[in-house]
Amino acid sequence: MFGAGGGTSSYAEVEETDVVVLWGSNAREAHPIFFHHVLKSLDAGAKMFCVDPRRTSSAKFADVWLGLTVGTDIALANALGRQIIANGWHHQRFIDHSTTGFAEYAEAVQPYTLDHASTITGVPASAIAELAEAYATADTAQILWTLGITEHHNAVDNVLSLCNLALLTGHVGRWGSGLVPLRGQNNVQGGGDMGALPNKLPGFQDVVDSRARARFEAVWGRPVPPEPGIHLTLMFEAMEAGDLRAVYCIGENPADSEADVTHARTLLSNLDLLVVQDIFLTRTAELADVVLPASVAWAESEGTVTSSERRVQRVRAAVPPPGEARHDIDIFADLANRMGAQWGRPSAEQLWDEVRSLSPLHEGMSWDRLEAEGGLQWPCPTEDHPGSPFLHGWLWEDDLGGRTGAPFSVVAHEGPKEALTEEFPLRLTTGRALDSYNTGVQSGSLVSPIRYGHTIDLNAGDAALLDVADGERVMVSSVRGSVEMAARIVADLPPGLAFTTFHFSELVDVNVLTNDAWDKRSGTAEFKAASIRIDKIENGNDQMSQTGSGDPTTETDGG
Amino acid sequence: MTSSSERTATSSERTATDTSLETPVRLSIDEVDVEVAAGASVLDACTAAGIDTPTLCFAENLTPVNACRICVVEHEGSRTLIPACSRRAEDGMAIQTDSERVRHSRKMILEFLASGVDLSQADPLASLVSEYGADPARYGDAVATMDEDVRIEDDLYVRDYDKCVLCYKCVEACGDDAQHTFAIAVAGRGFDARISTEFDVELPDSACVYCGNCVAVCPTNALQFTTEFDLRTAGEWRPDEQTTTRTVCSYCGVGCNLDLHVQDETIVKVTSPNDHSVTSGHLCIKGRFGWGYVHGR
Repeated sequence: MFGAGGGTSSYAEVEETDVVVLWGSNAREAHPIFFHHVLKSLDAGAKMFCVDPRRTSSAKFADVWLGLTVGTDIALANALGRQIIANGWHHQRFIDHSTTGFAEYAEAVQPYTLDHASTITGVPASAIAELAEAYATADTAQILWTLGITEHHNAVDNVLSLCNLALLTGHVGRWGSGLVPLRGQNNVQGGGDMGALPNKLPGFQDVVDSRARARFEAVWGRPVPPEPGIHLTLMFEAMEAGDLRAVYCIGENPADSEADVTHARTLLSNLDLLVVQDIFLTRTAELADVVLPASVAWAESEGTVTSSERRVQRVRAAVPPPGEARHDIDIFADLANRMGAQWGRPSAEQLWDEVRSLSPLHEGMSWDRLEAEGGLQWPCPTEDHPGSPFLHGWLWEDDLGGRTGAPFSVVAHEGPKEALTEEFPLRLTTGRALDSYNTGVQSGSLVSPIRYGHTIDLNAGDAALLDVADGERVMVSSVRGSVEMAARIVADLPPGLAFTTFHFSELVDVNVLTNDAWDKRSGTAEFKAASIRIDKIENGNDQMSQTGSGDPTTETDGG
Repeated sequence: MTSSSERTATSSERTATDTSLETPVRLSIDEVDVEVAAGASVLDACTAAGIDTPTLCFAENLTPVNACRICVVEHEGSRTLIPACSRRAEDGMAIQTDSERVRHSRKMILEFLASGVDLSQADPLASLVSEYGADPARYGDAVATMDEDVRIEDDLYVRDYDKCVLCYKCVEACGDDAQHTFAIAVAGRGFDARISTEFDVELPDSACVYCGNCVAVCPTNALQFTTEFDLRTAGEWRPDEQTTTRTVCSYCGVGCNLDLHVQDETIVKVTSPNDHSVTSGHLCIKGRFGWGYVHGR
């Protein structure tokens, strides 16, 4: 945020912070060892607020659980902002010195009174007031979030609404205070850092910046296209339009993971060329024209990954890859060599040194230092720089060095794209379980004693209305398709909300149901809010376990 | 309520708890003067003096519980021996680590433990038995032992109470020293005291979330990964041939360091370094057990 894409704080800081705001994150299950750091903080007396539609296993450790209605995060955040300003708890000196756009923000949040926000979010006004006071008046406080914030059609606005709160109170840019998006995959941070974003070169340097391009062109010996590329969601739109005809897919399983997956599979199947490079024959690989078997990145290959606290760490080969599987770097280099480039066979260390020569954020991280120091946090510009536990300390400098302050953003409550209707009256949200991971490519073989399987979780009241018993097979339908699942009655969901994981796509195609309405800036689909119906399966009715609607153009109009 | 605008940015200068500014502590260990940072333990001071102190219930990543007493040392002026692991080093302390009293006490502890508990897989302890001249057999054949079957209740780890010395480490790791799951505690009294799930239900029915952090801290292999147990049962557990490679977990983005223990080009066990800032040695079910796919399982 405010420039480079990374969480502002270190795990060590959350242990010492005074107020933890866990928002749209079930870290207890999705980031268990980060949650250990949170637990140290709670043991030391910190207060925790948990904002989540479900009373998750994380929420059970919280002092206050704010069980908001799915997709109402901005209404809640804006109400917190209004309450903080109305009580004079905002950090005026920090705002004046280090931010811009406060007046517009203050005006924009005026409509979000406690009562109004309470009506929208379903969170009691007293709980909103309590969080506002605790967060704003704490010496140090952190807001931590994950996909509960970002898997919405207005993901970027959701994030900005949280950034506003940190700017309002000065809870950013200093030890213990920060804004922390917990990364969901072991190197999703590193992927972005290395330029696997449509508009960035390694080290978050803009492709539209001709001086940045010139640096890379000098090393690469080729012109770098000055136009930003497109992200995954736009790629699927381009496939549909016929503009994108060939895809090289590496270590991703979109044929299981995309929202409205029936549609995604059709598009992948209709490509002129699909190349998949993966460690397994995933469902995407099954659709491919060419499959390049890769070695396991963390156990069969040398390299680096980067964590949620911007820590670059070494991965190392412990076992040899099976059969013809090869290191990703070898595959890329051989492809390049066959295309006429002369890359030879670069080692992971040689590539890393090239990164260091081009990305000032990483320049000081020599391979030897990464080995010796257990990883380093960027920015680390020189070899005598210790790395950076937190970002944006410059906001607290007397002299901002000619930089304009961090901007407030005016964002408004919209709610989910897909409204609840008479036909589809229940809200479906998806998430992770502790012992499973994404589409199950890695976790599927773990024989977990605590795995409860693929269920649609329901509140007891909703189950009673539907005349559905615990464990009963039911048909779950959205406008996009239907799947058959077992119902599980749980105590921790509010009425009207259903929950499921997405780890068992071979058994239950959950993403047949989910909405692919997506955020125009981040490209993230609205996995967290679909409208569904649950029907009993009458005895003797031998229905297929899943049926796609087959009509990708069907869309409901949301609020 | 004071306005937050009055606050200053002093906490921007705050860093992790820093004891280095406090005056160091000076004490003598076996007549040798040593200096340690304020807050260090007597055990730390012994280590600083180059003295290897036996420990059993102590671990760097857990709070000392003083259950085993194997680390006791003699402190001039104290009526009783003191546990080195939990006692804070103080200025002017005079510590003896190898006196007759200390050796005798440690020898007795080893004899009590080794006479009733199977220490065959507790490597450091077994070698201490000979080092201290302990003779566990001198209590004869009448010594009671647990004599229970190994509990195999799932595919991830086993419990062998014949090997349990009740050091409490597993309870601490499951509880408020790390995991905060509180699936296990000590139940029963006297000889019947043992580590138990709630109402002694089988593990899959308990609150256990299979992080395996209890297994990682167990000093006697009473808790054992199933992979290790199966190889040992087959007579194929060969630690001398194993390599350990440090890498990073493949699941979420926290970046937990893993040590992959490999035998015959196959991962046989996963641990995490106690001294790494991300994990402090602790993992979750995915990082600890979710590696089977590397071998196509």
